[in-house]
Amino acid sequence: MNIHEYQAKTVLAKFGIPILKGAYVNSPSEARRVAKDVIGGDVWVVKAQIHAGGRGKGGGVKLAKSLDEVEAHAKTIIGMQLVTHQTGPDGKKVNGVLIEQGCAISHEYYLGIVLDRAVGKLCMMASSEGGMEIEKVAEKSPEKIIKEWFFPGDGLFPYQARNLAKAIGVPPELIGKAADAFVRLARCYVESDASLMEINPLVTTKDGQVIALDAKMNFDDNALFRHKDIVAMRDETEEDPSELEAHKYDLNFIKLDGTIGCMVNGAGLAMATMDIIKLSGGSPANFLDVGGGATKENVTAAFKIIMKDPNVKGILVNIFGGIMKCDIVAEGIIAATKEVGLKIPVVVRLEGTNVDRGKQLLRDSKLKLIPADDLGDAAKKIVAAVV
Amino acid sequence: MAIFVDKTTRVVTQGITGKHGAFHTARCTEYGTKVVAGVTPGKGGSSMKTTPEGDPLKDDKGKAVSIPIYDTVRETVKKEDANTAMIFVPPPFAADAILEAAGAGCRLVICITEGIPAMDMVRVKAALKRDYPNTRLVGPNCPGVITPGVAKIGIMPGHIHRPGHVGIVSRSGTLTYEAVHQVTQRGLGQSTCVGIGGDPVNGTNFIDCLAAFEADKDTHAIIMIGEIGGSAEEEAAAFIKRNVSKPVVAFIGGQTAPKGKRMGHAGAIISGGKGTAKEKIDCLRSNGVTVAMSPADMGTTLLNVLLKKTSKSFGAPKQSGKAKPAAKKTAKKSAAKGKGKKK
Repeated sequence: MNIHEYQAKTVLAKFGIPILKGAYVNSPSEARRVAKDVIGGDVWVVKAQIHAGGRGKGGGVKLAKSLDEVEAHAKTIIGMQLVTHQTGPDGKKVNGVLIEQGCAISHEYYLGIVLDRAVGKLCMMASSEGGMEIEKVAEKSPEKIIKEWFFPGDGLFPYQARNLAKAIGVPPELIGKAADAFVRLARCYVESDASLMEINPLVTTKDGQVIALDAKMNFDDNALFRHKDIVAMRDETEEDPSELEAHKYDLNFIKLDGTIGCMVNGAGLAMATMDIIKLSGGSPANFLDVGGGATKENVTAAFKIIMKDPNVKGILVNIFGGIMKCDIVAEGIIAATKEVGLKIPVVVRLEGTNVDRGKQLLRDSKLKLIPADDLGDAAKKIVAAVV
Repeated sequence: MAIFVDKTTRVVTQGITGKHGAFHTARCTEYGTKVVAGVTPGKGGSSMKTTPEGDPLKDDKGKAVSIPIYDTVRETVKKEDANTAMIFVPPPFAADAILEAAGAGCRLVICITEGIPAMDMVRVKAALKRDYPNTRLVGPNCPGVITPGVAKIGIMPGHIHRPGHVGIVSRSGTLTYEAVHQVTQRGLGQSTCVGIGGDPVNGTNFIDCLAAFEADKDTHAIIMIGEIGGSAEEEAAAFIKRNVSKPVVAFIGGQTAPKGKRMGHAGAIISGGKGTAKEKIDCLRSNGVTVAMSPADMGTTLLNVLLKKTSKSFGAPKQSGKAKPAAKKTAKKSAAKGKGKKK
């Protein structure tokens, strides 16, 4: 799960990580009011709040030197369709902005924490190249990324934090403050069950502060059960409506750009089904794993979600019943088509548990479904049917 | 022989009174697996005598079975000689269940549960390494392990398997069934199939399984099924080049997966441009592994590799009379080259 920058900063603040004074607003007049009454000072930054990086380059982050400018920038940014390298060509609508106090930056650094799967430990990465995309730094000058590994139980040890601060060139007098912030960031990551944290940039200021100037946090969906406060930060307007609908029915659904809808059980088989559609000359419209314990209702919902996509010209159902029973899938398909009609070709490949009962149900339904013998046959048939 | 699971395997189901635990314990018992005990804290002293469908619980020979239920795994190890745990405990408590099984002395812990927080698994993995280095964890978020004809521990459909000599290791559940089905349909069988799970942090990895298959005299060839995310396949590729003499066929799922999106499995994500299917396929190929591009071709690809390379008998391939002599011919050739034939 993703959250906005302004929300991530409230999480950081709970762990004592230094951030600038700021407030989230969704109207220009409110922007002016908080800049004047809540934040104060004479320089502010107006930052678009969307779930994507690269906001500055897209015109979503602006410096304001007067209250009029704050209001004007807020007016431009709120409601705009912000396009960045992470949003896709359509961009994302900005619903609100973070108004933040300005500061005199001396240097920008990069700080990130991820799970290092290869060693089963957490990894803090730091770099002197703040403000840049870390992927680009990794490509061009990997020696500029310094890493320290730690266990959740121990946290990042202070000496590791000092080593990192020293290695990225934090001035000696600020190493103590930086190391303290690093240790706190590590604790914040562990205790909030984050799956990614990026502070880009983390800055040192002319008046001798170390500050998290930007913050990006993703959380482990599997751990949300123990973080009600984070779940409350979910912004559903940032998510694809069909993915949200799927989520309600415990379906793993990801929308893609192709024309062949897929309904599959199991994530691996679902990915493989997308692959074989492509290899056969078609293009998948979605990833959809109905899961192992799907009911007739789940299957019906899945079918309807796929049919809602206007790009979908045909559907491939590929079920290898293990826990999932083929007759349940058949019942779901029949129920869904009764509700929304069957206007496009549907190829059905059933295998595994209760396969004969499933096939019989489909035959008895008299629906015009195209049966397939195996995975290869199914892919060929659906591609032939939509082209 | 097979790997990890054999005739001496005595299973305790953790979470046996839950919906999934009860259902799959019944299926395992019917397959012939010795499920000797169950654990649900607070329900010790009771027993499981019927399937969730209400029928009497039976083994593969139709004999009635009653599985005693205990409060702790430790009791099941002491009183029932359980040596393998099969875990269906819900995600918030599953990490603890893994450590309970290891602490009780189970040599093999197979965790089926999907949805365990990654941070919990980092802790579990560190604790296992430190305190219980002799316990093997398989999973979590996996279909389990099956040695066809001997024992099935997990949720895979038993009937698609057939005893034989192909070892299968996979990060995915249903895609493994697909591979098993193809192998069986082509007249071959499996020595052992191991689902290592789709989570970013897991116990047994590809390399552990490859090493075990290499050492197992019943395994003559290996199918390895990977997917996008992480670098486990690349590490496996390097290991295969150095240490595996048996033919390996691989498939990597997610060639069409978009970047930055989690494809169902918590571990299946291309992040920062890393972990793509193409990288993995290229790496496997450059290390001498035959990669099937289509998931429909896993069985055929394996058969072709065997007909070309191997000296061992894989049973009679059903579909062609020509295949047999061809296999014998190449058999002589590769046998003559001896053990270090591949590298």
